[in-house]
Amino acid sequence: MALLDVRDLKVVFNRRGAEPFAAVDGVTFSVEPGQTVGLVGESGCGKSVTSLAIMGLLPKRGNTISGQVSFDGTDLLRLSDRQMRDRRGRDIGMIFQDPLSSLNPVIPIGVQVTEVLERHRNMKGSAAKKEAEGLLKSVGIPDPKRRLTEYPHQLSGGMRQRALIAIALACRPRLLIADEPTTALDVTIQAQILALLRRLVEETGTALIMITHDLGVVAGLCDTVNVLYGGRVVENADRHLLFAEPRHPYTHGLLGSVPRLDSNRGEPLRAIRGSVNDNIPWTAGCAFAPRCDHAINMCVEATPALENDGLRLLRCFNPVVPAKQGAKA
Amino acid sequence: MTTQPTEVLPTMAKPSTDPLLDVQDLKVHFPIRRGVIFDKTVGHVFAVDGVSLTVQRGETYGLVGESGCGKTTFGRGLLRLVEPTGGKAFFDGVELRSLRGEKLRTMRRRMQMVFQDPLSSLDPRQSIDGILSEGLKAHGLYANREAANRKLRQILTAVGLSASALRKYPHEFSGGQRQRIGIARAIILQPELVVADEPVSALDVSVQAQVINLLSDLQDEYGLTYLVIAHDLAVVRHISDRVGVMYLGGLVEEASSDELYEAPLHPYTRALMSAVPVPDPVVEDGRQQILLAGDLPSPANPPSGCRFHTRCPWRQQTKCDTERPALREIVPGHRVACHWAEDIRDGRIRAHDVAIELIRPEGGATAGPQVTQVAAEMAGTLPPGGVGGV
Repeated sequence: MALLDVRDLKVVFNRRGAEPFAAVDGVTFSVEPGQTVGLVGESGCGKSVTSLAIMGLLPKRGNTISGQVSFDGTDLLRLSDRQMRDRRGRDIGMIFQDPLSSLNPVIPIGVQVTEVLERHRNMKGSAAKKEAEGLLKSVGIPDPKRRLTEYPHQLSGGMRQRALIAIALACRPRLLIADEPTTALDVTIQAQILALLRRLVEETGTALIMITHDLGVVAGLCDTVNVLYGGRVVENADRHLLFAEPRHPYTHGLLGSVPRLDSNRGEPLRAIRGSVNDNIPWTAGCAFAPRCDHAINMCVEATPALENDGLRLLRCFNPVVPAKQGAKA
Repeated sequence: MTTQPTEVLPTMAKPSTDPLLDVQDLKVHFPIRRGVIFDKTVGHVFAVDGVSLTVQRGETYGLVGESGCGKTTFGRGLLRLVEPTGGKAFFDGVELRSLRGEKLRTMRRRMQMVFQDPLSSLDPRQSIDGILSEGLKAHGLYANREAANRKLRQILTAVGLSASALRKYPHEFSGGQRQRIGIARAIILQPELVVADEPVSALDVSVQAQVINLLSDLQDEYGLTYLVIAHDLAVVRHISDRVGVMYLGGLVEEASSDELYEAPLHPYTRALMSAVPVPDPVVEDGRQQILLAGDLPSPANPPSGCRFHTRCPWRQQTKCDTERPALREIVPGHRVACHWAEDIRDGRIRAHDVAIELIRPEGGATAGPQVTQVAAEMAGTLPPGGVGGV
């Protein structure tokens, strides 16, 4: 059984004086225990809102959440605030993009780590401190004892992100959600953090949902990848298959748009035309149709469903034929 | 769509072989001031500390480095948006640092800049018409309404926007379109040099590709010379003919794009290359990463000798921490600032582990950060604990 099973998750923002906006429009995916799953997409595709909805972190007012998020058999969306608070941090940990704004600036790092231990693992005083020290050490923070007494501003960006990972992993959660954990960091620091995540996932056996816009990060880290567009999953496949033979025109286009370090320099990039603003609503057809080179009449007349072809899930009427694309490497 | 740009924007490239831009030992040091009554200078941030490079006419020079390496300050110092504190910069034979007042102002028409954040670099209360014609007016290129209008429309077509954009305001556009406006504003003055500071890093991948392709099309059409400053090595490699890698205020390596990728010589470049994720699982699984230990040291108190020696996996016992390596040409067209570049290339020196050094700013900037080495476990060519004097 899957550890996390997200089914038809929908988040609609109700706007005063305007049409309600579906930021997440029926997202379906699942995470097996110990698996690393990627959610990839550009800004506005609903990847962050999906993670916030899973964690129950969206405000109660002003939006409508529907669908199902079963974690280990319990539907998280039906839990009360109190029940959810017990789960958050204990069963599911989360790492955010900007470590400076997700750490409390006026509380020492040590207190922020022990807070979780006291709340969920009933640890107190020196035992909690000792555990916190071990946690900081395990994420590669040198001189952890001293770091515990310091404030977030005294740490560098990479160190802050490590501290945040330590807090998220304090209760050995079975699922870790990382929302763009390396976007604010430099490449060499990003490499450090990704190596750390890879090691921790291996050691602790926690499942990981990696939310990112960077296809390169996904290629090296995730087992399966979900590509999101306009609030829906448009393609889901094993990473090797997805990168070697992208079939959805959007995935195909994304891969063509990224300048690769090892690519042939002479050729221009295959950009996707237009921008996210050109989307049409899913109810009217395929949201990507206005930007798609493969669009046929059917694309603007009917809504494509997410279909399983045995190897992957694909939401497209006229997918890219893999033969001529092939692996670019 | 093709227009006749040559009619409106005559190519400025002169039949000359000397470089368009020749920078010699450029320095930008920012003073660190303390005190309420006495405004004492207690130290300097060595943002750019002696960078020399030349940019040929019509080429794209890419300057790459991580945050805090001084790449942006270099671009701004070059155009005198911040005042350099040392060195020389020749643009088409004219020394830029000696220019004052009106001369500098008119010179700026020939060197334009494209900024990173297109929203904050466009005046929200000015229409696109106003934004684009302001430069024309400032430089006396605004003959009359009709001619200017024709020019504006032509430039908008060239950057891929419709003429109806003229009456709109910046907030009405998407990020990619705003960046196109930023580019249009720069090239409408028929500059020779365009300094693009992180031109695509604020954009989504699909839109990023559009803007990269646009920059290259415009270069072909107008014969522009680019200095592209960016942190993304893959992007820089794609658009540049030559690439310079910066670390902590200095250039550590410079080579043609392909050469740099195929045979990086400086340890920092190697680490940087190996850290860039490639969107291909086969490549990602197969390659070896050089993980750098620790963070970038503070540019207010750069390490002695080679600035990279605190994090360098190839660091040697001698020279590295005492002598600052000069940028020297090892292979024609390939310059490296490393004492041991040849030995590393030929495999005579192997990489070893580097322990993280903690840098704690204590006792203010006068005393400078105290460097505490937690542990120096070096393997490979050095015996454990064999590095003295750190």
